[in-house]
Amino acid sequence: MTETSALAVVDPAPPRLGAVSQLARRMQAGWRSIVIFIPYVWLFVFFLLPFFIVAKISVAELKMASPPYTDLIKWAEDGIMTIRITFENFTYIFEDDLYSKTYINSLKISSISTILCLLIGYPIAYGIIRSGPVARRLLLFAIILPFWTSFLLRVYAWMGLLADRGTINNVLIWLGLIDEPIRMLYSEFAVYIGIVYTYLPFMILPLYANMEKLDATLNEVAADLGSRPMNTFFKVTLPLTMPGIIAGSLLVFIPATGEYVIPDLLGGGNVLMIGRLLFNEFNQNVDWPTASAVAIVLLFLLVLPMTIYQYYQGKAMEDQ
Amino acid sequence: MTGEQTLSDTPWLEQGAEPFIKIRGVTKKFGEFTAVDNIDLDIYQGELFCLLGGSGCGKSTLLRMLSGFETPTSGSITIDGMDMSNVPPYERPTNMMFQSYALFPHMTVEKNVAFGLKQDKIPVAEINDRVHDILTLVELQDYKKRKPQQLSGGQKQRVALARALVKQPKLLLLDEPLAALDKKLREQTQFELMNIQEKVGITFVVVTHDQEEAMTLSTRIAVMNDGEFMQLGTPTEIYEFPESRFVADFIGSANMLEGRIVEDGPDHVRVKTDLGEVFIDHGQSVKEGSRVWIAIRPEKMHLSKEPPLKPGPNQAFGMVDDIGYLGDISIYKIRLENNQIIDVTAPNQIRPKSRTHTITWEEKVYLHWQASSAVLLTK
Amino acid sequence: MYGRRSGFLTFMLAAGMAFIYVPMILLVIYSFNYSKIVPVWGGWSLRWYETLFKSEAVWNAVALSLKIAVINATFATILGTLAGLAMVRFGKFKGRTLFGGMLVAPLVMPEVITGLSLLVLFISLKQLFGWPQDRGFTTITIAHITFSLAYVAVIIQSRLSGMGETLEEAALDLGAKPFRVLTDITMPRLAPGMVAGWLLAFTLSLDDLVIASFVTGPGANTLPILIFSRIRLGLRPDINALATIIILVVAIGVAIAAYIMFRQERQQQRDMQIVDREIP
Repeated sequence: MTETSALAVVDPAPPRLGAVSQLARRMQAGWRSIVIFIPYVWLFVFFLLPFFIVAKISVAELKMASPPYTDLIKWAEDGIMTIRITFENFTYIFEDDLYSKTYINSLKISSISTILCLLIGYPIAYGIIRSGPVARRLLLFAIILPFWTSFLLRVYAWMGLLADRGTINNVLIWLGLIDEPIRMLYSEFAVYIGIVYTYLPFMILPLYANMEKLDATLNEVAADLGSRPMNTFFKVTLPLTMPGIIAGSLLVFIPATGEYVIPDLLGGGNVLMIGRLLFNEFNQNVDWPTASAVAIVLLFLLVLPMTIYQYYQGKAMEDQ
Repeated sequence: MTGEQTLSDTPWLEQGAEPFIKIRGVTKKFGEFTAVDNIDLDIYQGELFCLLGGSGCGKSTLLRMLSGFETPTSGSITIDGMDMSNVPPYERPTNMMFQSYALFPHMTVEKNVAFGLKQDKIPVAEINDRVHDILTLVELQDYKKRKPQQLSGGQKQRVALARALVKQPKLLLLDEPLAALDKKLREQTQFELMNIQEKVGITFVVVTHDQEEAMTLSTRIAVMNDGEFMQLGTPTEIYEFPESRFVADFIGSANMLEGRIVEDGPDHVRVKTDLGEVFIDHGQSVKEGSRVWIAIRPEKMHLSKEPPLKPGPNQAFGMVDDIGYLGDISIYKIRLENNQIIDVTAPNQIRPKSRTHTITWEEKVYLHWQASSAVLLTK
Repeated sequence: MYGRRSGFLTFMLAAGMAFIYVPMILLVIYSFNYSKIVPVWGGWSLRWYETLFKSEAVWNAVALSLKIAVINATFATILGTLAGLAMVRFGKFKGRTLFGGMLVAPLVMPEVITGLSLLVLFISLKQLFGWPQDRGFTTITIAHITFSLAYVAVIIQSRLSGMGETLEEAALDLGAKPFRVLTDITMPRLAPGMVAGWLLAFTLSLDDLVIASFVTGPGANTLPILIFSRIRLGLRPDINALATIIILVVAIGVAIAAYIMFRQERQQQRDMQIVDREIP
């Protein structure tokens, strides 16, 4: 305000025009802040803030009430504030065998699934790149298509295939290869299949995007300099597709670690995974403090891969 | 190795000289399209041979067949006595310098250059020595640890050259080696390239669309069009004695006059054109009365404000339509009586006092040329 | 010799496609099975479709899911576009790093964590302000917008950086005010990205089970929640029928989208040919 009047004094230009353009200028600056402000506040309130609340609950105690946890800060009658923080939930998680086993098993399953996705997805992505222009588009389309159908129903499809009286067992018995059905559903094997099946496009798409930028003449250069195709693959193609490999692997690894639906539907009670444990702790046992602590530890485990992913995402944006 | 052989400057003229590369009846088809059409070519040891032509003329396809990235639909290629038909690129004694260089972006300069040597399982110490030597040759010894992104265009070009040369191939193939450089650097690099070729003594085959580059670099040039050779010869032969209108027009610029043969003597030819008679002082067996073309280079025509002393052949007059000042020379566009425009270039030997030329717009000028200057073309 | 597929790659492509599509095809086939036990064939029948259409619970769930998906997609597109603009076109501003982080994190955050944290937020809000009164439609929609907007922002950001700023600069040079440039130049060019973002947000919302399960309250069942509660107990032929319908709807939608894209491309090619012919 003072600035405006000061300017008006100094500037002998027609005052009305000056005021209008001043207003216009201020509005120009205003809409920019609004554009930033709205999504910023939304994300702050509905994404960042909740984590602090979870962190708060994770250091509270379980209480038979609604909500089922104690307050951290208490105001006594005489205005004395007491803060109660407990790390019991965390010590409980680390001491209880069940939790540590579940964390390790989750990481194991998601790591192996990521490697499987990479081993299957890499040649598929490379095959798409090596196809003709029409085939390339159709194949890419075929990879993306399942993404638009329901995730849940794709997992369900495997229940029908893997069940004791499911399609695979029926076919194997019909072929005379086995007499008794093999138990496949409700096992780790089924969880692996489910994760690879549903997360494969997340591996293929970043790989494809990366390979598309690859200069095909580099393969020719290598061959010209005496390198055989296999050697060229390991010395040239593989290192140059590393960004795609990292992005794809993280896109599979991070969500797979916290996966709930697949271990629940395909693993039943037999496969320990942290997402399922957390869900049950929260919804069935109504132990919010423990569930929050479990979530905080899981988040802590995934912070590094998430940061790496963010770094690559940012770099890819800048490269464009 | 054939040992110390005294190489002649013009091996293609030697009787019984054995060509280093023999291309025999090579054709390459992509579906219906014929990229290279039944080509025969001999290239000799130590040559710097240029394949010159516009885009899509088949020059790159021919180069790719030499390097092994394409296989001929028919015909054979022999390099140093070895048939190349079933030899994959990674086993050929050739190396290629790619257009736009195609340096490995994830390797340093040193690693890029060493890549080819590593494939041959050469001891590390020797690799290091050879990489050092070749980088010294191209004056990049201080840039060993840099990545390609940190190099200028000219430096990248030299890394690509070093990478291809370090394997000491029998034949070095260069695909538009200078196209990505700016004009000044390109001219300078042309001479560097020639010096390096002289030092290493390797046979070079260069593909280019730039006629100036071809003229400067090569021992011999093959001008290509539509998958065929239009003409094969030394730069002088191709420039001074083009065999066809295509070559005359493609290499440099030429004024083209249409005419009919009036007299075909053993040591001269007379041709009647719209501008009068043209006398050419070298014989050519052409049927009298047949339709021919005459090509005269702009710099071989002389301009004068004075009419010639006596009328005769090899003369014309017209009006100055336009003048282009290029600094070292000026181009005069002369409109003849039949409205044809003739280009004449003249060196600016004397600095003009003002910006006006001695000959100026809308002036009547006279043209004449030597009997040896015009070239008779029948196709 | 180069740019061609080797036998191994072709095999992997074929095997990969079979891996992706065979389970879905079987899912569809068994929806026409008369037998109540899914993998035992009892002859062709449409009885499970009948069961499905008669179920009021299914219809309610579909209606709720669609309502949430449409509102979510619309809000997420608006917020995501604003966020994308801010990230790409506004240079440096205070808290940009945090903003960028909050935009990427929802993409990779495990769903259980997002769901859990949103639920505790809603409960805390209710304690403090008495809002939201009960959980269901509103809370699910807010939760969906939160993660969907991040996906929209990614699409918008990549389109914006791909577009470059030359046209905007040209408009500014011709005297347009920044706001006019935004509405008259940037937005129209962003439209295809916004449509793609809307569709993605719509699909993400329809697909979400975990987050919705956390933040929903009694009685508010979205379609995934309903499906999940049924298939947890085993195979159900009516779910096969539902899956078939979903696959059919998606296939038709995708076919229409592909056709429109194909026609636009053809039109563009034809235009280019005309240009080539008329302007030598």
